[in-house]
Amino acid sequence: MHFYTRLCIVLFISLGHGWATPVDFSRDIRPIFSEKCTLCHGPDDAKGGLRLTGLKSAQVTLESGKIAIVPGRADDSEIIARTHHADPDTVMPPPGKAEPLTEGEKALLTQWINQGADWPQHWAYTPLKRPEQPTLTDAPDLQNPIDAFVVAQLEHEDIQASPEADTITLIRRLYYDIVGLPPSIEQVNTYKEAMAANRDAGYARLVNDLLASSHFGERWGRHWLDIARFADSDGYEKDNSRPDAWKYRDWVINAINEDMPFDTFTIEQFAGDLLDPSSHNQQLATAFNRQTLTNTEGGTDQEQWRIAAVMDRVETVGAAWMGLTLTCARCHTHKFDAITHHEYYQLFAYFNNGDETTIPAADSDMKIRVLHERKKDRRQTHVLRRGEFKQPTDQVLPGTLASLPSVTHRSGSDGDRLDFARWLVNGKNPLPPRVLVNHLWAHLFGEGLVATLNDFGVRGERPSHPELLDWLAAELIDRGWSRKALIKTIVLSRTYRQSSNHRLDLADRDPKNRLLARQNRFRVEAEIVRDLSLSAADMLTAKLGGPSVFPAMPAGVSDVNYNSAFKWKVSPEGDKYRRGLYTYFKRTAPHPNLITFDCPDSNVTCIKRTRSNTPLAALITLNNDTFTEAARALAKRVSKDYKPLESAFRHCLSRKPLKDELKQLSTLLDTSIDYYTEHPEDAERLSPRAPERAPLTATVRVLLNLDEFLTRN
Amino acid sequence: MNPHHSHIARTRREFLTTSASGLGGIALGSMLSEDGVLNAATASQSEDFASLRPNHAPKAKACIFIFMAGAPSHIDLFDPKPKLNELHGQKLPKSILDKARFAFIKPDSAVLMGSPRTFTKHGNCGMEFSDLLPNLGSCADDLLMVRSMHSEEFNHHPGQLLMQCGVSRFGMPATGSWINYGLGSTSKNLPGYVVLTAGRGSSGGSSLWQSGFLPSNYSGVLFRNSGEPVLNLKNPNGLPSELQRAGLNALRDLNQRRYQEVHDPEIASRIANYELANRMQSAAPELVDLSGESQHTLDAYGVGRPEPKDANKRRGTLPGLQTYDTFAKNCLLARRLVERGVRFINIVHASWDQHSELNENHAYNAGAVDQPVAALIKDLKQRGMLDSTMVVWGAEFGRTPLGENRQGRNANTGRDHHPTAYTMLMAGGGLKGGQVHGKTDEIGWAIEDKPVHINDLHATLLHQFGLDHLKLTYRFQGRDFRLTDVGGNVMRDWIA
Repeated sequence: MHFYTRLCIVLFISLGHGWATPVDFSRDIRPIFSEKCTLCHGPDDAKGGLRLTGLKSAQVTLESGKIAIVPGRADDSEIIARTHHADPDTVMPPPGKAEPLTEGEKALLTQWINQGADWPQHWAYTPLKRPEQPTLTDAPDLQNPIDAFVVAQLEHEDIQASPEADTITLIRRLYYDIVGLPPSIEQVNTYKEAMAANRDAGYARLVNDLLASSHFGERWGRHWLDIARFADSDGYEKDNSRPDAWKYRDWVINAINEDMPFDTFTIEQFAGDLLDPSSHNQQLATAFNRQTLTNTEGGTDQEQWRIAAVMDRVETVGAAWMGLTLTCARCHTHKFDAITHHEYYQLFAYFNNGDETTIPAADSDMKIRVLHERKKDRRQTHVLRRGEFKQPTDQVLPGTLASLPSVTHRSGSDGDRLDFARWLVNGKNPLPPRVLVNHLWAHLFGEGLVATLNDFGVRGERPSHPELLDWLAAELIDRGWSRKALIKTIVLSRTYRQSSNHRLDLADRDPKNRLLARQNRFRVEAEIVRDLSLSAADMLTAKLGGPSVFPAMPAGVSDVNYNSAFKWKVSPEGDKYRRGLYTYFKRTAPHPNLITFDCPDSNVTCIKRTRSNTPLAALITLNNDTFTEAARALAKRVSKDYKPLESAFRHCLSRKPLKDELKQLSTLLDTSIDYYTEHPEDAERLSPRAPERAPLTATVRVLLNLDEFLTRN
Repeated sequence: MNPHHSHIARTRREFLTTSASGLGGIALGSMLSEDGVLNAATASQSEDFASLRPNHAPKAKACIFIFMAGAPSHIDLFDPKPKLNELHGQKLPKSILDKARFAFIKPDSAVLMGSPRTFTKHGNCGMEFSDLLPNLGSCADDLLMVRSMHSEEFNHHPGQLLMQCGVSRFGMPATGSWINYGLGSTSKNLPGYVVLTAGRGSSGGSSLWQSGFLPSNYSGVLFRNSGEPVLNLKNPNGLPSELQRAGLNALRDLNQRRYQEVHDPEIASRIANYELANRMQSAAPELVDLSGESQHTLDAYGVGRPEPKDANKRRGTLPGLQTYDTFAKNCLLARRLVERGVRFINIVHASWDQHSELNENHAYNAGAVDQPVAALIKDLKQRGMLDSTMVVWGAEFGRTPLGENRQGRNANTGRDHHPTAYTMLMAGGGLKGGQVHGKTDEIGWAIEDKPVHINDLHATLLHQFGLDHLKLTYRFQGRDFRLTDVGGNVMRDWIA
């Protein structure tokens, strides 16, 4: 907790607020209560009559006749008297129960009460309202309200936004972000001309064209599959294959391409089977719930693993829709967030009667794993002591969190997945729209407005632009939960279009770019690393959907698990070069090219990928066969061109090389020519059947390793 | 380490190893201007890591954790139970039977199964080993034998996760990841956490050496037994190292140019990683090239040993796998890795999961590991490396004193999973050898004295590295996670 507090202070200074900051409840006081008080004076217990869950409950007369907190009067507040007491039998917290308050904490607590004991609701739970757009004293040519919010804060800090990125960078940025592929030279020319004629109109045309591309569904569908912990195998132990898994993956891609509104998207995945009528596709959507791991190991207690799967479903909803980490509440009331042990099992109860089953596929004999609601012998749900499946205690009914707007169950329903899904996206529940727009933002800026994408709770970071977040969330709902509409609004903003060059003037003041005085630049995801190389080399098979494929895999990798029945059989030519998201994902032995570039292991929901930068990743793009094949194909693609090196450069980076860049590459080409002239046998090895292209191959492979190529700029 | 330091260190590490351009940007920024991009960024990969401070003076600098996946039988290897032999064929007392859970055993007809092995006392300390482990026995005075290990996980994969990552759920970093996160790597040319495997593969697969929520550069790197030791280590076919170097020079200059334009420290880090990758290209083959080892050493470890004649009938291997040779090489490689500054080495050997024909299959498995592990301990000791290198030998759980009687198997020739009590071995790293810790009851079912949970083992392991298991934390999803989850006590008795 100390370093959390310190971190906040550091950020505060760096944002220019200075020292004389009033005590802030969420930042300064709530952590003290959470760590040192609420075990005995919280939602689960009210020793001495004190429950520190809100100002109202903290102001009631205690069993002792005293009042814990008297706003404005620390001297009259029993909490101050007791935390400062010298007698070990009287002091709070009692020795051994928790660490004593530090002098700093005592001072904060005293100051906070004297300040009036302001106890605001945690920001994430507050009702959603569309904030007023700020008026700016010095308004540059603002494209849309996003810029007003961002610039208002920059003006307050007396910081200038960065200039717009150059045309080619913008075109590439949109291609990388929206479809995850690089633009061809022709595409760059087309949109460059359009933007030269009318910059804004040409830019908007590009945005519209990309959002209409079916590659949009692949790019943004993969983002969703991270959340859905999608994979082609069971996970535990034998890690058996799930031959039908791709059907759900294709459902996601299609839904996103059709811009299925996010509320429908939510309801169908949670409870497509409970809709009346329920189409085949809606039932298929419930396979979202079936992405959980399966353990068929001998001697397993199936009830234990069924419960583990239900817990995983609850926790996935928590992280992905509500930005809440519910896992702690499996075993005990959440120490920091308003989630009780009981409430966890109330949420659990919504999912507890969803049984796993199979339905026939629409177009084949395949069986598809989905969820259906148990009609007879419905299970009762009990609170599990310490999360142990063999230790049920109180019975609970389906219900949501007290800190959020209430839920309505359909008549005749005692609370099922459909009721729950509708509650999530009824527009009154403020968390899902806030969380979703933050996800979309993070995919377009590399970081969320709330940096802790999976934690909107009190321990998470607070939004850098709270009003912007709420404006976007309100906009999302007003635009019928359309993801495409919201993405379009964001990418049309000046904020998005800024240069991503780091600002030396802000390196100290805003090192993490929380104020958005520039765009961010970041390495593309695992699948995209490969897609980019295959595209530049013109090798990519652009087919949409279908069964997962098996690109080349180094021998022995898929054997680390002991299920020797599984063999990685490389797909035939066309399927060998499909986009990375179609690669078969075996949970216990995933493709190393994916994992090394931080593709999630798909065992639990992943809201935010890490972006590591490692020597093992460097070895892949330097030496892996796939990338050597790409270098070879790229050399072949440009070898007949008037200026092959410049041409290859443009296929990779969409721009002409600068003079000294070209010089570097020409020197390397000369060195390579010298070498292969003397070593024709090596030329034949590097470039079989076309040894004359070996020097060019050895040169253009450098382009596939450039930071500029692997980075969304 | 005070919290402020730990925060700075962490931010710095994140900055250096992931794309987070955090507070460390300032520090690296100044290094860049002083030394030029490349030098600073290269330094950041090694020296800077090594300078991260432990919480207290460390005894251990490296750990070789030999994981016996599938779970060996403590009763047939380490924990002699004459009483069990006496009760052979009788039923388990009802009081125990009612409480117990079994994977495959049918409890109604299950009977106790004695061990056919003979036990002998070894060393000055008189530590007992079964006749399957004569070589380990000869190391008795350097070994700490813990006969009171226990786990709550009953199935292999969750149990293996608990032993490797401290928590039985997915998504947690492995012990080796935590240690490298806490102390940094001291190897300039190799990853800080290396995994070697032998045998048929464990049920946990690569999830056993994952970095979980830590950045992926803390993951264990699996060194392979055939072909190149690290994936993609070899230059593309037909590309000589001089052209690789020329290409890397061009790449470095082009990236450096880009850096001067956009000032993103991540580019400096990328340049450094390409250089480290290039160094690994020669360091890893050098590592696995055993030609510099004396014949005496190779023979001591058992490198080049043939498989036993009946190996094709054994479950700890698969046709074509030279498990005996591979395991011996792995032990020797582990020593070579420690010599080259690698902090944590996992040798994963599977599988010991003998639900039937345990005696024959354990004999095969013990034959694979006994000589090389003993040779490793003696070799480390002779080279003066044992004090700073902790060797751990163990598994996810033990095996039942009851015989297994499920249908379709040869009844009462194997044993079921047993997390209630089992045995592990440790040596070196500042631990006190020649002692037996803990005690099980007369049939090896339950612990009678000094129970040790896996979290306790991890707490002690970290302690020997100078790390306080309560302080080595990582904030994820709003919680400070640690290797020891919510448990862990340092076992003071173990420390020399």
